[in-house]
Amino acid sequence: MAKITLNNLSHSYVSNYTDADLVLRDVNIDWKDGGAYALLGPSGCGKTTLLNIISGLIKPSKGDILFDDKNVTSLNPVERDIAQIFQFPVIYDTMSVYDNLAFPLKNRSLSDTEIDSKVREIAEMLELTSTLNNRASGLTADGKQKISLGRGLVRSDVNVIMFDEPLTVIDPHLKWILRSKLKELHQKINRTMIYVTHDQTEALTFADQVVVMHEGQIVQTGTPVELFEKPKHTFVGHFIGSPGMNILPCQIKNGQINFAGQEIQSNSNIKKNNFQKTQLGIRPEFINFSDKGIPVKIKRVSNTGRHKIIDTECTGGTIKVLSNASTEIPSGSAHINFNQKYTYVYGDNWIIE
Amino acid sequence: MNKTINQKAWFFVVPVFVLVAFNAAIPLMTVVNYSFQETFGNNVFAWEGTRWFKQILLSERFHDALGRQIAFTFIILLIQIPLGIGIALTMPKKGWGVPVCLILMSMPLLIPWNVVGAMWNIFALPDIGFLGYSLNAIGFDFNFTQQPGDAWFTTILMDVWHWTSLVVLLSYAGLNSIQPAYYQAAEIDGASRWATFRYIELPKMKKVLTLAILLRFMDSFMIYTEPFVLTGGGPGNATAFLSIDLVKMALGQFDLGPAAAMSLIYFFIVLLVCWVFYSLMMKNEVRS
Repeated sequence: MAKITLNNLSHSYVSNYTDADLVLRDVNIDWKDGGAYALLGPSGCGKTTLLNIISGLIKPSKGDILFDDKNVTSLNPVERDIAQIFQFPVIYDTMSVYDNLAFPLKNRSLSDTEIDSKVREIAEMLELTSTLNNRASGLTADGKQKISLGRGLVRSDVNVIMFDEPLTVIDPHLKWILRSKLKELHQKINRTMIYVTHDQTEALTFADQVVVMHEGQIVQTGTPVELFEKPKHTFVGHFIGSPGMNILPCQIKNGQINFAGQEIQSNSNIKKNNFQKTQLGIRPEFINFSDKGIPVKIKRVSNTGRHKIIDTECTGGTIKVLSNASTEIPSGSAHINFNQKYTYVYGDNWIIE
Repeated sequence: MNKTINQKAWFFVVPVFVLVAFNAAIPLMTVVNYSFQETFGNNVFAWEGTRWFKQILLSERFHDALGRQIAFTFIILLIQIPLGIGIALTMPKKGWGVPVCLILMSMPLLIPWNVVGAMWNIFALPDIGFLGYSLNAIGFDFNFTQQPGDAWFTTILMDVWHWTSLVVLLSYAGLNSIQPAYYQAAEIDGASRWATFRYIELPKMKKVLTLAILLRFMDSFMIYTEPFVLTGGGPGNATAFLSIDLVKMALGQFDLGPAAAMSLIYFFIVLLVCWVFYSLMMKNEVRS
């Protein structure tokens, strides 16, 4: 059990690297002891690399990893005492399910009775008890992944348990069950868990704190509500939410926001404008139709059942609006209003607060 | 769907049929024919029944040759399989070392068998060969043309040199197909180097190793050219393996009947061992 700190971490897979070769850039983060974190980002953003650096499978090109203020940068995974579960099931083919689960404990020379009780406990939890004596190689993909999960969870002394998109190969129904199990388990054993995924639903349901990565950088860390209500980077606005945030080019003059010929009120405090690019960010959920405001043309209405997603167009660009399925949608021309509390200005993609 | 019935299509199979008949079926049946008859030349044959088979199966000469053959195959498998796996494990996985190692490993496999025999013959000669001369120079009394032990040593060394590469290449291919996640998982599970080999690498190499053992068994059990050029089966009959003994009987003594019977017995032994071995190796596969 430990707090994990990453200090100025950068990594490149080539030895003589330039800035362009970096897959991680200057990552700084504290993972609190006992927290449930999700590491969210698109494929190729550096999530897995970051995970492998925390576990010690990869040595970072620059920076330090601290476990409770002890520098572990040069230690191997066994010395760091962590557990990691991979995207595709890794099982030991020639062993039984029982031996697979017992393997990490045997390598750490625990007594047989201790191993037995831990293996049975974890098998019970993952519903593997009835297959304990079967050969592991005969199981289905999700059975195998359960074993992988079990091998990660069977050790009770680990500093952190890391999951690298562990539910990719599992079918949707079981995915839901396993995810709830993990959440339940986190509450029970109260150990730090880091869950890597590119699926926002998975991240938001599992974690207390979601860490969003984009092009090798951490762009925002926060609760699901914070990420939704106040995205710190246009990428977060874009990536989280369905549909994502409207990001609209705007002009700033004398501390005023000008968009589509209208003056817009926002929650950002604009004192100076020294940005190359300024954009307005507003989630489709926080836009209403009204009698006056920005004049738009209604292009398309799609009904998702609970919501209607309306594509509108104005001189400033396309704006998506989300309203209740019961709301009457004006046709042809209309006016929209932005909720000031949730309207932000982004300078060069970062929020202006 | 309507099937057009056209028996003329069988003509397309004729070339293959003729080819197989001439290069396999007819020669084999000739051997079967010889094994039941006695001939004194001039195409005159007399029926002998199973006499030759009984004679071969009871002859001490055949027992000795078979014993030598089994010993030879057993020894070279015992050396080549672990050695091959060992070399494959130490070979680099990436970088410029990969093509260099692969080319070095393939070299012995590309040399014609009689050239291998001739090379080792000269290499091991006690008076002028590098190996033979060196061994004598450091105090060993080494002469493979005179001493049976030395002849065996040289033959085995030659076979190990010639064929270990095959095991290496197959094992290397097997090792390279293992996903990195397996090694990472083993590292995190705290597995020792030995445990990683025993529980990940060896099981994942099982199929290629089955193939390697089968190929090496068949090739070494039928070995002819290299020992023929190296020792000619000598000194005495010390290295006269089955095929060398068979050729002596068939062409040296022109005992066609017994030689044909021996050929068939030889053939069935190879077939039987391969079948038993393969079934045993694949038994677990079917169960899971």
